[in-house]
Amino acid sequence: MLLRVTDLVKTYPAPDGILPILQGINMTLEKGETLALTGESGSGKSTLLHLVGGLDQPDSGTVELEGQDIGGLDDAGRAAVRRDKVGVVFQQFNLIPSLSVAANIEFQARLSGRENAEWTQDLAARMGLSDQLSKYPEQLSGGQQQRVAIARTLAARPALILADEPTGNLDEATADTVLDLMLSLAAETEAAMLMVTHSERLAARMSRRMHLRSGRIA
Amino acid sequence: MQLFTLVVGLSLATALWSGVQAVNAEARASYDAAAETLGEGQFAQITSPTGEIAQNDYIRLRRAGWLVSPIVQGRLDGVLVIGLDPLTSPSGMGGPDLGEEGFAVDSLVGGAVLGQQSTLDRFNAENVNEIATPDVAPDLLLTDVGTAQRLLGREGIIDRMIVAPQQPIRQLPLQQVAPNLDLREPQSGSDVARLTDSFHLNLTAFGLLSFAVGIFIVHGAIGLAFEQRRPMIRTLRALGFPLRRLMVLIAAELLMISLMAGAIGVGLGYVVAAALLPDVAATLTGLYGASVSGTLQLRPEWWLSGLAIAVGGTGLASAASLWKLSRMPLLASAQPRAWGMRAVAARVWQAGLAVTLLLTALVLGLIGGGLIAGFAMLATLLVGAALALPVILDRLLAFGAKRAKSVMAQWFWADTRQQLPGLSLALMALLLAMAANVGVSTMVSSFRMTFTGFLDQRLASEFYVYADDADQAERLAAYLEPRVDQVLPIQSTTQDVKGMPSEIYGPTPHSTYRDNWVFLQSTPDAWAQIETAQGAAINEQLARRMGIEIGDEITLADEAFPVLGIYGDYGNPIGQVIVTQTAFAALFPDVRPERFGLRMDPANVPALAQDLRDAFGLADDNMVDQAGIKAFSLAVFDRTFTVTGALNVLTLAVAGFAILMSLLTLATMRLPQLAPVWAQGVTRARLGQLEIIRAVLLALLTAALALPLGLALAWTLLAVVNVEAFGWRLPMFLFPLDYLRLAVFAVAAAVLAALWPARKLGRTKPAELLKVFSNER
Repeated sequence: MLLRVTDLVKTYPAPDGILPILQGINMTLEKGETLALTGESGSGKSTLLHLVGGLDQPDSGTVELEGQDIGGLDDAGRAAVRRDKVGVVFQQFNLIPSLSVAANIEFQARLSGRENAEWTQDLAARMGLSDQLSKYPEQLSGGQQQRVAIARTLAARPALILADEPTGNLDEATADTVLDLMLSLAAETEAAMLMVTHSERLAARMSRRMHLRSGRIA
Repeated sequence: MQLFTLVVGLSLATALWSGVQAVNAEARASYDAAAETLGEGQFAQITSPTGEIAQNDYIRLRRAGWLVSPIVQGRLDGVLVIGLDPLTSPSGMGGPDLGEEGFAVDSLVGGAVLGQQSTLDRFNAENVNEIATPDVAPDLLLTDVGTAQRLLGREGIIDRMIVAPQQPIRQLPLQQVAPNLDLREPQSGSDVARLTDSFHLNLTAFGLLSFAVGIFIVHGAIGLAFEQRRPMIRTLRALGFPLRRLMVLIAAELLMISLMAGAIGVGLGYVVAAALLPDVAATLTGLYGASVSGTLQLRPEWWLSGLAIAVGGTGLASAASLWKLSRMPLLASAQPRAWGMRAVAARVWQAGLAVTLLLTALVLGLIGGGLIAGFAMLATLLVGAALALPVILDRLLAFGAKRAKSVMAQWFWADTRQQLPGLSLALMALLLAMAANVGVSTMVSSFRMTFTGFLDQRLASEFYVYADDADQAERLAAYLEPRVDQVLPIQSTTQDVKGMPSEIYGPTPHSTYRDNWVFLQSTPDAWAQIETAQGAAINEQLARRMGIEIGDEITLADEAFPVLGIYGDYGNPIGQVIVTQTAFAALFPDVRPERFGLRMDPANVPALAQDLRDAFGLADDNMVDQAGIKAFSLAVFDRTFTVTGALNVLTLAVAGFAILMSLLTLATMRLPQLAPVWAQGVTRARLGQLEIIRAVLLALLTAALALPLGLALAWTLLAVVNVEAFGWRLPMFLFPLDYLRLAVFAVAAAVLAALWPARKLGRTKPAELLKVFSNER
């Protein structure tokens, strides 16, 4: 078992009181498994992704990653989890603007001490980025930036890939190409993948799907 | 936040500027009052090469149609006594206004003596009618010519004659009536004003730099506000709001803010001025003998100029933004990052402009002449360096990034480089503040070292005694001869040398002069030749002003002397010539020494002073202990340091504030740049630490660049501006420990400024960072 989520609860303060976001989520994810997380806007999909990735802390419940409860870790412990075990692909790409494409791709891998020049070059070539390595993110198109974000995640060979609508800003054809790449590379590295999406078509390509409604699994 | 930054930046800028201006204005008002006490400098004068004019010459000139008025002056009881003839003195040659009747002619005739009460208290003459008035300068007494002649024991002799501006058309030439006399043209400005101008120049330069630092803050705040308002402006214009009305509204808003901030600034400036004025007054009195009131008056022109400069500064700082707004296309997209990386082309232009300005400064330094060229050099140097700073830092950071090994180091250098455009204005402000600190403290410290060294030269004797008159001087000399190692008579007179008013001294040949007086330029063995009456030495002022070089000849009482040496004579506005005692006695047989320098064991000075009090009734003002003068001079410099030190701290504080505001603004704007780094496994605390390290790095790099700039500034002030303005050049000394301390202060200011934003970043809630990644929960 790679990931086990138990009775996960998350609320946020709101002007008219406490706003419940997640209300007792239970789920598991096996190594190499891909899971589509769907639901309406505000259903808690991104929040669940953030809690699983150690980006945020739950109010209650546990998130066990490779047997370790990451919800109880301090800031440095959660940073280590993000660095060593998790890779996140965001909808807005969120590349580091001051670094070149090559440095962006290598960043997390080098941070976690798992850099492998051959693997990085192979990734860049398969993503069609070999000619773009010396450029800066602002010089790339949206599709190219998303491919850099995916390459960055995969370069670190994380056990769990979290993707928050990774193709939300891309046209349909580009989105399909990007997802193909993600799935095949995830399979190669035996990484599990949890992907938030609004697209039924993309969700259908994952091995399993889970629908959230008002913070609960529907 | 931007409104706060704008108001505080503008207030600080106005406060420092108007504070310094208030101090200057107050001091100048005091000199003017002193100058107006007599005001004779505005008139032409008739003088004699021997320093004395027979009263008969005056009568002959009057009969020949010359409208002249006699002046007699001399020292008595340590007080300067000036006798004038109220009936013939030209109008405008003031004197105190003693009431509605104007200058009291009646009060001066018949033995009346006018002076401040404290001066009169020290004055022991008999048969005079003392009238106390605060309008006469300190240590000065005014009386009529006859009384002055009687008091000073100079019956039948006058010192000079004032020439009325309007003279009869038919008038015999001076050469025909009195060929032994010279006509000297009116002087512009008082000696005190000329002397203290260097000090005011120093203060004004500081005020201007502080203001420039503040305007950098304002410029940054306005630029950012405009960038962030751009979407709103675009929307308003898309809805049909006229551009012109928009511009007028924004300008009105800025005017309102600038008036408010200006008023706060002038108020703060009053506090700054009130705090600085006592030390400035003490400095000016001690250094130049200029009496300055130690209290501050609220002058309307000061309020108006403070508000005007605040409004003008805001206009200057907002001009570029308003111009950009007026040219902005209707559908221009809002920039996602208000302070993004500047376009390469813009950086190239900036670098080109900086190089052009710096080269101009270099050319002006090498071949420029005159005060205007000196100031132009200062301006081009400072502006050029400020423009060059971001470009140089960018290159240095790029080099650092290239050399970095670890991934975090690589990111740190690259990220620092990316922050540079947002921080560059604050860093420019820091550069200018630090350069001003280095420059002005180098100048003041060089001045201190030179001046104390100069005092060691000039005040080589352990004790100085001043006689009240020539007869007492003779008795004093006889009394002192067996009691001290050496009595060195000091005798002097005044005459024009190549057209410049000068003092002529005739020292007795002695090792005191040979060993202590250092020439700036001289022939080999100059002292030996001067002591055998083969030539003269002159001060630097006379040499520079009149273009006299070693080997040139000067004429003293019709006798030519080759110039064998040129010596530094700091702070003296007039020329000075030294010939040996025998030559002096031959040239000026009527001048007898009334002052003496005494070489003796310093331990015996107090006992000798007591003996002189008992034997001659000498007042304390007639005896000067060398150690006392030096201690006094050092105390004066310490007061000067208090003033420059306070301004240093204030300017650095303003620059520190600029950094704080820039970092705080950037901290909010750069979350999207930091969030991905955090998401990939770097803690918030580590990011906060890196923010502080970044501030230290940038402050250190800026300090390293500020040092050569500050030294160039000091060199320009000492070697160009000072020489052009005052005729003498101060040698420049370096003070590495001071510079190191300044760098530590600058880093401390940067750390303090970075501490808050870093702490804020370290404590940013994950939810805040996550907002960067998602629009929904």
